[in-house]
Amino acid sequence: MRFYLQKIAFYVVALWAAVTLNFVIPRLMPGNPVDVIISKMGAAGQPVTSGTRHALEVELGGGGGGNVFAQYGEYIVNLLHGNLGVSLVDYPEKVTSVIAQALPWTIALVGLATVISFILGVGLGMFAGWKRGSWLDNLIPVTTMFQAVPYFWLALILVLVLTRVVSIFPYAGGYDVAATMPGLSWGFIGSALYYGTLPALTIVISSIGGWMLGMRNMMVSTLSEDYIVTAEAKGLNPRRVRMTYAARNAVLPSLSGFAISLGFVVAGSIVTEQVFSYPGIGQLLFTAVTNNDYSLMQGTFLVISVSVLAANLVVDVLYGIIDPRTRARS
Amino acid sequence: MTTTTVSLDEPASETRPPIEERPASRRRLNGVLPSLSPKLVVGLALAALIVLWAIVGPFLVGDPNAISTNMFAFPNGQHWLGTTQTGQDVWTQLAYGTRGSLIIGFAVGIMATVLSAIFGVLGAYIGGAIDEGFSLFTNVFLVIPGLPLVIVIGNYVPESQRGLFLIAVVLAITSWAGSARVLRAVTLSVRNRDYVSASRVSGEKTWRILVVEILPNLIPVMASQFVFAVIFAILGEAGLSFLGLGASGTFTLGTILFHAYNDLALTQGAWWWFVPPGLVIALFGCALSLINFAIDEIINPKLRDQTRSARKRWNLTRDQLKAIEQEDVR
Repeated sequence: MRFYLQKIAFYVVALWAAVTLNFVIPRLMPGNPVDVIISKMGAAGQPVTSGTRHALEVELGGGGGGNVFAQYGEYIVNLLHGNLGVSLVDYPEKVTSVIAQALPWTIALVGLATVISFILGVGLGMFAGWKRGSWLDNLIPVTTMFQAVPYFWLALILVLVLTRVVSIFPYAGGYDVAATMPGLSWGFIGSALYYGTLPALTIVISSIGGWMLGMRNMMVSTLSEDYIVTAEAKGLNPRRVRMTYAARNAVLPSLSGFAISLGFVVAGSIVTEQVFSYPGIGQLLFTAVTNNDYSLMQGTFLVISVSVLAANLVVDVLYGIIDPRTRARS
Repeated sequence: MTTTTVSLDEPASETRPPIEERPASRRRLNGVLPSLSPKLVVGLALAALIVLWAIVGPFLVGDPNAISTNMFAFPNGQHWLGTTQTGQDVWTQLAYGTRGSLIIGFAVGIMATVLSAIFGVLGAYIGGAIDEGFSLFTNVFLVIPGLPLVIVIGNYVPESQRGLFLIAVVLAITSWAGSARVLRAVTLSVRNRDYVSASRVSGEKTWRILVVEILPNLIPVMASQFVFAVIFAILGEAGLSFLGLGASGTFTLGTILFHAYNDLALTQGAWWWFVPPGLVIALFGCALSLINFAIDEIINPKLRDQTRSARKRWNLTRDQLKAIEQEDVR
């Protein structure tokens, strides 16, 4: 029980840090962020009134509006009420509802793609480590090269090849806008899967190498343990040695790495979504940034942080169940 | 300390001469230095080539901003990689872009390594409340997603102030945490070894224990982390620039991709505009990964021996080789 309490306490602290960062960053920036934004909005031809300035000052500080602690208190109270402000891009839609529309797209895309890539990568890595020096093992440097490829560049290449050269997949969007409406119908789900294949493929290709390499190296280390020798000496079936004795122990670091890599995958998918005009949270963050919609930007950042934190918490708790040693150690 | 220069330095292999003078130290160093496996040779050569190109290239080509009426020209004798929408030479831009990206990569690599050393090594060595505090701080930074944070920070800074250095600092702040956690674990295990206790008992000063007794053991790990930090920084900068939030007024590989994407290179089928920048990133990342494999084999000797290619050098007969392999595969 103590283990879980510690974990939860840590995530409360992390959550507080994310929330506070969101509040502090505009106030720490050199110069006055309000001036920067006002000049940006002026340059973009957006209407700027005295009310705009006041609203921005309240939101980002920098003006004379009360001391910092009072502002911070107000900010926290607003957050606790689920009040993230009103979006400029989709005026007068609330930020929370704009985000609620985009979030399922990203969670489905990134979640599914990450799980597929994890399972495939760990599986292949297991075989590469088991038969060291085989063709699969020699393939690993090649997949690491894919890992060093920028997500969005790979997306560009895939778009070029699979939508321009041979048009198998649609170029942009989350579903066929003309043919279906969002909802729980087979037509819509099929369309969403079809449109999501290419972005998902991008994520899988560029993240699978890391899983393979990690699993392969752990497998190699595990195979030289004494209990593997014992298992072989007992004359156990090689498949059993591979799965139950070696792979099960070797997969642990990959599992804990799964949580950490999630933040990286989310980051990569932000840019990828941009390439595919995918209606997810990354696209939203970008829209907010380009349109100077600061409430939406802060809200999106907060939601991304909270989702990554939540996913981490889930993995951490599961890890405690899978590997009892972590619980004992804490 | 010669080892540091050799493994941390950019992969120009000429940095070895000091070793030649004393046979004794050479023997010791040979244990630490990666053996010249094909992977390492290819990695070093590729990385050296790209670094050299980044240093020399901009002096050999013309003005990257020069425009001409020759738009979207296919690669030809005059324009080796074709031209952009405004008739700029892609090859020229690539030279400047590579330089910009590498500067950011190495700057971030150095800063992130220093930060991770401070938070990982110092905390673990001092122990107590400082360790707890540093460790919590590290873990919080680890779970807060980096790129969204960078996007948010980058957006608050006026474009005129958004130079290469600022982008590098922001990327460094968001990328040191993972390395710090690993360094902390390694330091904890080194700190409790007998020879460290012995030197403490014999009255060595704290800084000397840290620098002379502990740090050399961390160098392979730090070298590998530095290499990864460089890759991640180049990727992160490319993503940031691709969204139009990168360093202003300078060429990086990301800004080339940004212009290519926004000036419809994709719909025009101008692959020569956006394929080369990504390819340079991928090749450089691949080269650094290959170097990292070699470093990994020092840290974890279990990964080193017994591969098929190593066995081929034992001058065994075919039957003997087969026997060993069968025994290994089982």
